[in-house]
Amino acid sequence: MTAAAEGRKRDTLAIGAVRRNFAPWADPAAVPLIRFEKVTKRFGEATAVEDLSLDIYEREFFCLLGPSGCGKTTLMRILAGFEEPTSGRVTLAGRDLIGVPPYRRPANMMFQSYALFPHMSVEKNIAFGLEQEKLPKGEIAARVAEMLRLVQLEPFARRRPDQLSGGQRQRVALARALAKRPKVLLLDEPLDALDKKLREETQFELMDLQVKLGMTFLVVTHDQEEAMTMADRIAVMDRGRIVQVATPGEIYEQPATRYVAEFIGDVNILEGRIGQGEGGRWHIAAPEAPRGLLVDGGGDGVAPGRQVAVALRPEKLRLLQDEPAPGTPNVLAGEVWDIGYLGDWTIYLVKLASGRTIRVSRANATRFVERPITWEDKVFVTFAPEAGVILTR
Amino acid sequence: MNRRFSWFNATSLTIGFAFLYLPIVILIVYSFNASRLVTVWGGFSLEWYRSIWSNEQLLGALRTSLGVALVSAAIATVLGTLAALALVRYGRFVGRTLFTGMVYAPLVMPEVITGLSLLLLFVSLGVDRGFWTVALSHTTFTLCFVAVVVQARLVGFDRSLEEAAMDLGATPMKTFFAVTLPLITPSILAGFLLAFTLSLDDVVIASFVTGPGTATLPIEIFGRARRGVSPEINALCTILVGLVTVVVILASLVTKRSAMARAT
Repeated sequence: MTAAAEGRKRDTLAIGAVRRNFAPWADPAAVPLIRFEKVTKRFGEATAVEDLSLDIYEREFFCLLGPSGCGKTTLMRILAGFEEPTSGRVTLAGRDLIGVPPYRRPANMMFQSYALFPHMSVEKNIAFGLEQEKLPKGEIAARVAEMLRLVQLEPFARRRPDQLSGGQRQRVALARALAKRPKVLLLDEPLDALDKKLREETQFELMDLQVKLGMTFLVVTHDQEEAMTMADRIAVMDRGRIVQVATPGEIYEQPATRYVAEFIGDVNILEGRIGQGEGGRWHIAAPEAPRGLLVDGGGDGVAPGRQVAVALRPEKLRLLQDEPAPGTPNVLAGEVWDIGYLGDWTIYLVKLASGRTIRVSRANATRFVERPITWEDKVFVTFAPEAGVILTR
Repeated sequence: MNRRFSWFNATSLTIGFAFLYLPIVILIVYSFNASRLVTVWGGFSLEWYRSIWSNEQLLGALRTSLGVALVSAAIATVLGTLAALALVRYGRFVGRTLFTGMVYAPLVMPEVITGLSLLLLFVSLGVDRGFWTVALSHTTFTLCFVAVVVQARLVGFDRSLEEAAMDLGATPMKTFFAVTLPLITPSILAGFLLAFTLSLDDVVIASFVTGPGTATLPIEIFGRARRGVSPEINALCTILVGLVTVVVILASLVTKRSAMARAT
């Protein structure tokens, strides 16, 4: 295959799974709903957000993802109006938000602690925001009823928050924040307080709700699985900066940096030096792969002689018991160090001669295995050139 | 571990409680004594309670005491709550530690000094001493108790509740009255009741700053007792003990209920 044909073939491929036909960020004519422009926030000596610019579009389900202390919550609180940025501009639907107090912003927030008013019933909690708008009583009652129906809490209207379960409280908090029909709903670690099973259910409920209401959701989370499941786009943050903004598929399959690759999912990293280019691919000399690596072309800054890292996802690696034919690149020889059987997947930890452990996962597609791989077996880990990602940062 | 009630525990408990309550029990018992002699039991009678009822001087003192307690507790509650809010909320202002210390200092200040300094102040200002000087003096020393009680509640207060209210469109003023105030009301009420009983009990400060004709009940009792203990005083003290007990129980019920509401 010629390089041109190869390129054409790849044009028809998409990175990651296709979610829905919705990508305003790819349309240069689209006007973002929320714009952060060069926003910096300092708390004394510490910098929580540094020179950050970000556009979020209408009807987007957007996730800010990062470890605690990366500035994601500060960024959301700046949008809600609880923190003023030290410098920079924030606009919502074309309106400059700097100096606008939280009670005059068309954004509502669902708090991590839910922050339900303990001295008010469920319906009073939901009505609170509407009462501040001085709506007629009948309209408030109608809207509260609609919200209760939406989150399926009609029988609990007169209960107090302390008489509800964790999941019910979460739904009251959601209904209260949605009741004013804000331009954007801010969710601060919305599922953090729920147990694992409920969290999964609620993820899908939130996604359905967002599509049904046609609202813009901005979620702050440290849980990468949660972000991957729900978001249209994810912004991965690290120490006050955005490292990458992309769809979940791109974030996983085409991480921009080593930090992103390691934060999202499991990854094996091999270090090496770029050698010859060959039809959009690069030969890389890596001490741990005696036959050398051949990996699909990376982004900017990939040039011969450059020291790079190659990221390899465990599920894209193959485990062989027989040595591959001589001349094939991308072969790592090692010994099975540990095996984790998860039912649907089996995780193999393969120890290379260098002492590094490579993680390989294999789907258990059949119930019977002819030649099972077991502890201390000599094995060969191989992968296709398109399985690896070259990272320069 | 032996969880049974051993004779040792029983004895120490009896002795401990006897120390605490025997004097008061004797006082209460003798207030129902028919005999005029304080130390001789002459049978059960309510005579001394009846005689208080017709003693205009004592009733006047009781009215003064209740009035002073009510007024000073009300002012102390407002000022103490504001002080607590300032101390907890307005974070790191210059001199915060000094200010905190100064709010708490009257808690440990000898009452004689507080009383004397207030007296000097009133004299130098040329204020006529009477009901209002006593009420104001009681405000100054009960204020810090209110501040302590309210502050304890505010420290455990979830600020995101206020943020949620503002996020939903409530102005800071509206947020305070719709969310903050209802949630700290139990502690404010407890602070009020505490201030009320403290004012009702006080002899030292009141005796410094009171003027002619406005004796509070404790001062009246103290004055009469010096002239010799009469069963009438026993009856009066019993009433005072009863009053204070009721208020203290009320205060503890209020705080307990709010603590339970918080725990769930």
